[in-house]
Amino acid sequence: MSAPNKSFDPVEVTALQPEEVARARDEALAAIAAAGDLDELKRVRLEHAGDRSPLALANREIGALPPAAKADAGKRVGQARRAVSDALKERQAVLEAERDERVLVEESVDVTLSTGRAAYGARHPVTTIAERMADVFVAMGFEVAEGPEVEAEWFNFDALNFIPDHPARTMQDTFFVGSEETGVVLRTHTSPVQIRSLLSRPLPVYVVAPGRTYRTDELDATHAPVFHQLEGLAVDEGLTMADLRGGIDAFVAGMFGEGLKTRFRPSYFPFTEPSGEVDMQCFVCRGTSVERGAPPCRTCRSEGWIELGGCGMVNPRVLVACGIDPDRYSGWAFGLGIERTLMFRHDVRSFHDIVEGDVRFTLPFGTEI
Amino acid sequence: MRAPLSWLREYVELPAEVTGRELAERLIQAGLEVETVDQAGADLTGPLVVGEVLAIEELTGFKKPIRYCQVNVGQANGTGEPQNIVCGATNFAVGDHVAVILPGGVLPGGFEIGARKTYGHVSEGMICSVSELGIGEDHSGILVLPRDTPVGADATELFGLRDDVLDIAISPDRGYTLSIRGIAREAATACGVPFRDPADVELPSASGESYPASIADATACDRFVLREVRGFDTAAQTPVWMRVRLHRAGMRPVSLAVDVTNYLMLELGQPLHAFDRSKLNGPIVVRRGEPGETLETLDHVRRELHPEDILITDSSGPISMAGTMGGLATEIDEKSADMVIEAAHFDAIGTARMGRRHRLHSEAAYRFEREVDRELPLYASYRAVRMLAELGGAEVLPGVTHAQEPVTPVTVTMAADHPDRVAGITYGRATVVRRLEQVGCTVTGDDTLTATPPSWRPDLTDPNDLAEEVIRLEGYDKIPSRAPRAGAGLGLTPMQRLRRRVGRAMAGTGYVEVLTFPFTSERDADDLQLEPHESRRRALRLANPMSEDEPLLRTTLLPGMFKAAARNVGRGFGDVALFEMGPVFRPRTDAPDHAPRLRVDRGPTPEEIASVDAALPEQPMRVAAVLTGEREPSGWWGKGRVADWGDAIEAARTVAREAGVELTARADRHAPWHPGRCAALFAGETLVGHAGELHPRVTRAYGLPDRACAMEVDLDRIAGEMPDGVTGPEISTYPVATQDVALTVDAATAAADVESALRDGAGELLESIRLFDVYTGEQAGEGRKSLAYTLRFRAPDRTLTAEETTRMREAAVAAAADRTGAERRT
Ligand SMILES: [Zn+2]
Repeated sequence: MSAPNKSFDPVEVTALQPEEVARARDEALAAIAAAGDLDELKRVRLEHAGDRSPLALANREIGALPPAAKADAGKRVGQARRAVSDALKERQAVLEAERDERVLVEESVDVTLSTGRAAYGARHPVTTIAERMADVFVAMGFEVAEGPEVEAEWFNFDALNFIPDHPARTMQDTFFVGSEETGVVLRTHTSPVQIRSLLSRPLPVYVVAPGRTYRTDELDATHAPVFHQLEGLAVDEGLTMADLRGGIDAFVAGMFGEGLKTRFRPSYFPFTEPSGEVDMQCFVCRGTSVERGAPPCRTCRSEGWIELGGCGMVNPRVLVACGIDPDRYSGWAFGLGIERTLMFRHDVRSFHDIVEGDVRFTLPFGTEI
Repeated sequence: MRAPLSWLREYVELPAEVTGRELAERLIQAGLEVETVDQAGADLTGPLVVGEVLAIEELTGFKKPIRYCQVNVGQANGTGEPQNIVCGATNFAVGDHVAVILPGGVLPGGFEIGARKTYGHVSEGMICSVSELGIGEDHSGILVLPRDTPVGADATELFGLRDDVLDIAISPDRGYTLSIRGIAREAATACGVPFRDPADVELPSASGESYPASIADATACDRFVLREVRGFDTAAQTPVWMRVRLHRAGMRPVSLAVDVTNYLMLELGQPLHAFDRSKLNGPIVVRRGEPGETLETLDHVRRELHPEDILITDSSGPISMAGTMGGLATEIDEKSADMVIEAAHFDAIGTARMGRRHRLHSEAAYRFEREVDRELPLYASYRAVRMLAELGGAEVLPGVTHAQEPVTPVTVTMAADHPDRVAGITYGRATVVRRLEQVGCTVTGDDTLTATPPSWRPDLTDPNDLAEEVIRLEGYDKIPSRAPRAGAGLGLTPMQRLRRRVGRAMAGTGYVEVLTFPFTSERDADDLQLEPHESRRRALRLANPMSEDEPLLRTTLLPGMFKAAARNVGRGFGDVALFEMGPVFRPRTDAPDHAPRLRVDRGPTPEEIASVDAALPEQPMRVAAVLTGEREPSGWWGKGRVADWGDAIEAARTVAREAGVELTARADRHAPWHPGRCAALFAGETLVGHAGELHPRVTRAYGLPDRACAMEVDLDRIAGEMPDGVTGPEISTYPVATQDVALTVDAATAAADVESALRDGAGELLESIRLFDVYTGEQAGEGRKSLAYTLRFRAPDRTLTAEETTRMREAAVAAAADRTGAERRT
């Protein structure tokens, strides 16, 4: 604190005496420190920092001082007031924290109470796995093609090189709409979409066709009269079985993870020639369950391989029926059952669960698979 | 086709150590679908030996006849002494040879044999029946062996009681593998070992005709062969080895003559038929059916024959349905000594149609449908008469009747590198030719090959067929993998993306997706309370439904969903919210009665495609939802909210919103909804569906809880209203001005009409409108209802003044008054 200034105006103001200012400040600080709660602090604020508080009054009187004294007095009073204001702020924070601590604790709830008030839903896993499979093809540059479920025999059979007397074309296997003479059936596979795609799209054609299909199988654990298939079709110049294999390998990698082997064996379908069946290495045990002493694998029944689907090179007769020159273009096709894939990929045990619509079955699958 | 390994070995020089499973692996790689390998008799362990019954003592005092026998098993028991055996069967006599299992042996099925005391005697083993040996179904009696069977011999070896049996599913293009001959040929190629053709027998030089026969219809049959035997010993028994093989192959032994024809059919693939010579009348003619003809077949069914049926006839009329089933009148029986053996080549499609028409499925028809080797009849018939002579003492008559029609040989021309271009590997001409020759083709040419397929491969007609033969025999595992090379695609279509969004949005608002079968019935139409001539009653009918209860294809998604909802409720889940997305099938009134079968030797014209599509129904994509119970659950927080008509409409709006389409609701009366709680939903002026609470009769009919709600909308129609795109809105940061108005209107006035009038009257600066109270009661006045709205106004460029806001509110009220008779409530 500075010494009394002899240049002071004789008209001295008591309140501005350094001792007075210091006293007012100390009293204020003591009162602030003593304030026990926010209400008390409010009163202390009024008394020691309010308009009528000694320091405020002192401050007002500075203006009456001669100019030479103003600076010194102003500085002193200002310092005192700042000290009080800081103390108030600090005390306020402390008391607020104390109050919050107390009140918020009182407001606490049991957060383990159940909160399930919004119903939640799910999409059917057949829908979502079909989308997922289609997306793998879409990522390869394929487009998703569709066709009608009530389909003409010409699309479902004739154009796909099924001879008129093919055993599949009987009521034993196929649902006929109206009668056996209408030429209209519930499509028995997604392959008619191949024909529709080849007739409606410019070449080259790269499409994937997921969809619902029908056969006269009784509903049991592994069959249903209504089921879903997905097939990929590529028709371009110079396609070979190596491209078929590459397409399937890419699909397996996209759907089940990288590094799984595939294997092919010859088979027969009217609409492909050559035709094949394709197996993939089990994505769970990666083939190890066949080894002696290895733990059994439920997914592949410890065979190491899982049957994936059928495939082949598009039969040139199919291309001809679609008006495509088989000497210039060739193609491959690959198809598989969606429910079957769902069953082995997610350990679903029975077709009944897939078709009954029980919410307990569907909910765990969420909205994507 | 079930093929015992021992039978295959007769014609393939397989190394002795090759097992059934190993061979199966090779055959699978070559394209034969081996489903299982049964290890027949694998658990049979000896000593199982041939014995001679020396003495039989009939034991009395038991509930059934019991015999105490002494059986000579030679040195097989180590002592040479007869075995004492107790036996419960009586079909053998002293001197008979039988199969005896000695103590320590194990019969198929893990049945262990020990010396044990029974019926007061110690039985040292067992005399075996056919079923105990695992070579037949017959439990009734002991297997009695021919008396020349060497006593003491190991019966397991002698009769092939231990064998691997390959069960092979035959694909329709490979009829030739419906035989040991065909499978053996594949096995030889697959293992690279020599093959001996069982049909390769030397025929006797021609010596005149046998029983007279001719072909009257060349489209039905192009080769018909008859041979004759006389003096067949009707008492002759089928040898045990043949019985075992027939059993392994899945056929039951009948009689020696029938067993021989079956055995050769299995071995060669050529169906054979034996007629009793004495029952034939006049020359045989192969022809199609004639009007009014009938035939009583072996199964004692009298069949009305069809003009397209392929028939074997004599002067009495039809005597056999070609390659399908013989007639009863000419059947061989236990007294038949003179027989005519038929081996023919019938038209595959003709036999297939005949079998289907008469619902007759025989082993013979199965083979003819899949094509039989046209060159077999002469050889197969010769082997048959030879076997009847060797095993049944018959005399073979020297002549053969051979009627045939000329057949144009098929050749296939193919570039020598065609298989390379199909497979994506270079095989080279030499490999291609070698593989085709292994298949049985005759190949000529250099860069262009001309292949004549063998008679047993009528499926080889196209270059790709030949390519497949080369590729499969070289191994599918050799085909490399080449990374996909599709160009950039356009991704999903707007409609495909919309469907995914709808699914996610519905799931996100609490609905669970179901995929129900699209089968329905008239009863559903009744249960839905549809009017008698309602368009949804016009449904397509299946000719062969899974169940006569549901023969129709759905015209609405709702019945299937109601059943799924009721199933969940029945399983204890009363609060159900389900949705389904899928097509319905609406027949076109102008559809032709059938879809034409276009040709397939060229692409169809657009008009031809249109003519096919015209016969198909409309198949619009629908979305439907059904709700029962609480939409928001009750809990410790209080009472939940029961799903109501509004939730159903909101579900429809959720669907439409994903398409960027705003729906307006109008009151409607439409089944299956409650007539006072049903909204017709419009996108612009297009009706897209309905929503609301269900009619109480409907909930009762489907066993749904009271007040269940539902909606169904046509997604294609909604998508048709989809806006092109969203223009980014300009956001005004000026303050909002809020005005409340309360109006009373006639109770029947639609709130939507009031709101749209307010909206129109309020003008462009109206930002939003919200109905916050609906009141019907005394204060609203008799027959009136009160609607209270909050209007929010905001300008893009300024703060609205109180006067402006009031003016806009008054304009809104005036419009409502004008259009709906609304009065300001004071
Ligand atoms: Zn596994």
